[in-house]
Amino acid sequence: MTIEMQKGREDEAMKEGLTVSTDVRTVTFGSKMKTRGLRAWFGKSEVIKGIDLDIPEKCVTAIMGPSGCGKTTFIRCLNRIHELTPGAKVQGEVMLDDENIYGPKVDAVAVRRKIGMVFQKPNPFPTMSIYDNVAAGLKLNGVKDKKLLDEVVERSLKMGFLWEEVKNDLRKPGAALSGGQQQRLCIARAIAVQPEVLLMDEPASALDPTATAKIEEAMVQLKKQYTIVIVTHNMQQAARVADYTAFFYLGELVEFGETAPLFENPQKELTERYITGKFG
Amino acid sequence: MAGIMASSGIDRRRRITNRAMTGLVYLSVCLAISPLVFILADVAIRGASVINIDFFTHLPRPVDVSGGGIANAIVGSFVMVGLASLMAVPFGVAAGIFFSEWPESRLSTVSSFMNDVLAEFPSIVVGIFVYVLVVLATGTFSALAGGMALAIIMIPIVARTTEESLKLVPRNLREASMALGVPRWKTVLSIVISTGKAGLFTGVLLAVARAAGETAPLLLTALGNSFYATSLMQPTAALPLLIYTDGISPFPQWQADAWGAALVLILSMLALNLAIKLTVGRRMSHARPEN
Repeated sequence: MTIEMQKGREDEAMKEGLTVSTDVRTVTFGSKMKTRGLRAWFGKSEVIKGIDLDIPEKCVTAIMGPSGCGKTTFIRCLNRIHELTPGAKVQGEVMLDDENIYGPKVDAVAVRRKIGMVFQKPNPFPTMSIYDNVAAGLKLNGVKDKKLLDEVVERSLKMGFLWEEVKNDLRKPGAALSGGQQQRLCIARAIAVQPEVLLMDEPASALDPTATAKIEEAMVQLKKQYTIVIVTHNMQQAARVADYTAFFYLGELVEFGETAPLFENPQKELTERYITGKFG
Repeated sequence: MAGIMASSGIDRRRRITNRAMTGLVYLSVCLAISPLVFILADVAIRGASVINIDFFTHLPRPVDVSGGGIANAIVGSFVMVGLASLMAVPFGVAAGIFFSEWPESRLSTVSSFMNDVLAEFPSIVVGIFVYVLVVLATGTFSALAGGMALAIIMIPIVARTTEESLKLVPRNLREASMALGVPRWKTVLSIVISTGKAGLFTGVLLAVARAAGETAPLLLTALGNSFYATSLMQPTAALPLLIYTDGISPFPQWQADAWGAALVLILSMLALNLAIKLTVGRRMSHARPEN
């Protein structure tokens, strides 16, 4: 996108009577999660350098930025998966509904039940059927009620936009699906345990445009019930699906705000240079 | 482009070098597998002549009586390897899981190192150890002692192969499970093990194959027996022991029996290995994730 194009769209927005907020930080919303002074390390290298970010409830928030800016590490801190990596360390606070998930009495396992995750590469459990993949979270947490499991599997697959394609093949191995279907299976698996927040780490980066479109379609539906945080290095994707966008650079939060204003009228030079393709 | 395609002096030299190196590789392979081929052929030729139904169903007979067999050794081997597996597989698998899944634990690294040391132990030393521990304590050579000695041989193999096969399970599957709010131990028991079970199974079979062929630890523990042992607390025959004692005996008939027993042992190892390849090959083909 060139600056001219961007200007044009901005003018258009003005004409239509939409006000483009100049100070994007004044936007108010109910936050589902908040990070305060969040820092993270791999061994001695600090990859997240103190981030304060509020994540709005039942919206899609995109974390955008060039490779190595710490966006993946950031969301891996939000469900305490980061600390599972040998040598990884986290400092600071991450609030979920005003409870610090890094608090001394908090069980990381319980946190992860509330905050689901979809990974960059589709990772269905290779030894399990489609059905068992979706039911895995509940089954492994002790749910045995067959009827309940059936219901959850169907509902989750529908929400993941996969039900129609697999409803007659639920006993087939999950690994036999195509890459895009596998990723939607992973989405269904993540929402089957009914988390409150869904973290998605570049969920479409390994997929073709059609498969990507289906994932994005699913996200738009999912945000009615879930708070979604998506990491992406694809600006078009952020523009399409995200209500709010945060721009990260070298482990720091450069800018955060509603997606349209952030793209059309970035407040920081760094953001503008990234959006206009001058680096990245 | 034409210049690149046209053959030049350099191209010719590369082609010749390529052929020479390929030939060298083939030659090395032939040299490497020739001992195997020679041993197999030799054992097959010498052993085949004594093999018949009686050989599998009869006890050894005195030197001048024909129709003897190695049934007691076959039974003894089965019993002791079975006993050893019962003892070694649970410990070995548990240790392997610990090495692979809790690498951050100090105990894990230390015992992993100890496991390597144990794997390198001379098997005769294992025999002496069990001799002192069991044979002297119980006052008799026995299948129990033999089984224990074989178990000590098997544990490090089972542990190491379990560890290796679980380490091959992609990290992202563990994370997928943990991200569902599944505790670590449950992730290991359900996701990691079920994904890596083909390798785990291979490890157990490899250890069985190794134990079945061990001679030294049995010399000092099971001793050998010309008859069936009627309890686990009696000296017990085993294929490798029979091969050893009959092989060094001065009687041609017994030596022939040793060759026959060797053929039986080698063929069963071969069958076991083939079974491993077939089952694992099939399981792995649809159990392997894309990445």
